Amino acid sequence: MRVITQLAWHAFRDAARGRVPYALLPFAVLLIGAAWLSGQLTAGQDVKIVKDLGLTAAALSGLFTAVVLGVGLLAGEVERRSVYTLLAKPVRRHEVVLGKYAGLVLALVVNVGVLAIVLYGVLAFVAVTESAEARRGWEAPAVDPALLQACFLILVQLMVVAAAALFFATFSSPALAAAMTLGLYVAGHFNADLRALEEVVGPGLTASLATGVSFVLPSLAPFNVTAEVVHAQPVPPGYVALTTAAGLLYVALFLGGAMLVFARRDLT
Amino acid sequence: MAAVRLLALTKDFDIGFWRRRPVAALRGVTLDVAPGEVLGYLGPNGAGKTTTMKLLVQLLFPTSGSAEILGRPAGDVAVRRRVGFLPEAPAFGDNLSAEALLIHYGRLFGFSAPDARRRAARLLDRVGIDAERRRPLRRCSRGMLQRVGVAQALLNDPEVVLLDEPLAGLDALGRRAVRSLLLALREEGRTVLLSSHILSDAEALCSRVAILARGRLAAAGRLADLGLEVRGWELVVAGVTPAQVAAIEPALERVTRAGDGRCVIALPRSRPPEPILAALIRGGARILALDPRHETLEEFFVRTVAGRDTEREAAG
Repeated sequence: MRVITQLAWHAFRDAARGRVPYALLPFAVLLIGAAWLSGQLTAGQDVKIVKDLGLTAAALSGLFTAVVLGVGLLAGEVERRSVYTLLAKPVRRHEVVLGKYAGLVLALVVNVGVLAIVLYGVLAFVAVTESAEARRGWEAPAVDPALLQACFLILVQLMVVAAAALFFATFSSPALAAAMTLGLYVAGHFNADLRALEEVVGPGLTASLATGVSFVLPSLAPFNVTAEVVHAQPVPPGYVALTTAAGLLYVALFLGGAMLVFARRDLT
Repeated sequence: MAAVRLLALTKDFDIGFWRRRPVAALRGVTLDVAPGEVLGYLGPNGAGKTTTMKLLVQLLFPTSGSAEILGRPAGDVAVRRRVGFLPEAPAFGDNLSAEALLIHYGRLFGFSAPDARRRAARLLDRVGIDAERRRPLRRCSRGMLQRVGVAQALLNDPEVVLLDEPLAGLDALGRRAVRSLLLALREEGRTVLLSSHILSDAEALCSRVAILARGRLAAAGRLADLGLEVRGWELVVAGVTPAQVAAIEPALERVTRAGDGRCVIALPRSRPPEPILAALIRGGARILALDPRHETLEEFFVRTVAGRDTEREAAG
């Protein structure tokens, strides 16, 4: 455990020292600011737009952080050969995978946390500056605690994406691993559509294939509750718990695969 | 008990995209390195030296055979506490400084933070890295990375040190610092397996050598006993005049003027160096060094291994 903690702390500090957070965080903050500006142009919809774009910014910035760091922490180190001296130390390969993953999750927590704080700040500003009459028209308060549920599920989704990135990074180049992770993210959001394809095209090989693929791919759409939160629809705690459990199962499967592959990989 | 033992160690790599076929990088190498021995693991590029080193720290897994360090399988985590490893052309995380890297590795060995910091400082002093120790490694020269690599390999006071081309990429000062470090390791009685393709490094540092060619062990023993042919002599003199050089010119192979009035003179094997030395001393020159010029490792392989292969083919 000591080795995993040390590797995780080191991976987190390495991520913080890198360029990725400094490139993505300002972009996301800017997007939230732009959301507030565009909200000014739409009467009565400003809070919804800030919430919607703010959560989207957190998800997108987290996605790119998870992919770039998840791939770079393993495939990048293998490609640069900096992993050679690390693996010659008294560490087991599965500890390297787990340590790097834990560091990556820590970086994602900070990323989503910072954006949540910025989002709440902008929403508080909107609440203070809007008239009482306009506030009465809102479906939910500007500083809505339900946003935390959405942020939490975004974080769980990013944990799945990070685990997938790490898994792909154990056997492919950084570019290929990044492409596969992004592909999985996109396909994972259309999982329900794949399963429903039979209703559109009728029974046949295509529909069976799509159904088969939908069972292999992780289903990522359920992690996105932005629409519900923005439109003040309740997100039951049971739903959050079940979705989190599914997310953790995906994480366990990807990390298990990553540890199995990396444990026997020749580092040429 | 041997400190390092290779038993019929074999490694094949599969190459090709559609029709993969195995290519042998290492073929049944059996070798013992005694405790306290500094063994030069020599061979030209592509001989299998780096493959052996990687098998010893389990960056690669053997196709067959086995490797042991201090009586335990090479991949054993407990053994790695007692082993130091410098890979060829070492690379590290770009965002780290040399100091931060060594402290991180020290923590992985289980040292407390102050102890890891102390060890890092001592080793960086030892390899001659001063103010640059807090500079990000991405801004460091190849030579400095090599020195950081040597430092991280010695962080745990290892009993067995595996060094893959430790003097590659170093300038004169760096070579001197690392050479004296390696001599100190020898004095301290540590076991060192030093891979190199430069014969003079092995001559200066190793008590015994093993020579690898095309993945096979071609020879092992003391360098003097291996039958490396002397191709001539290299003489370094100071205070020699052009007239003196002209007088002995027919006996010389090549004369190179170095700085500080020094001359490097290559003498052929066919001419004994004594009369030339005497003539130069009589003329007031100072003899700074006289070294035999051995055939290169490549020439040795061509003469022995390639010759043997040709004989085998002819017999077949």
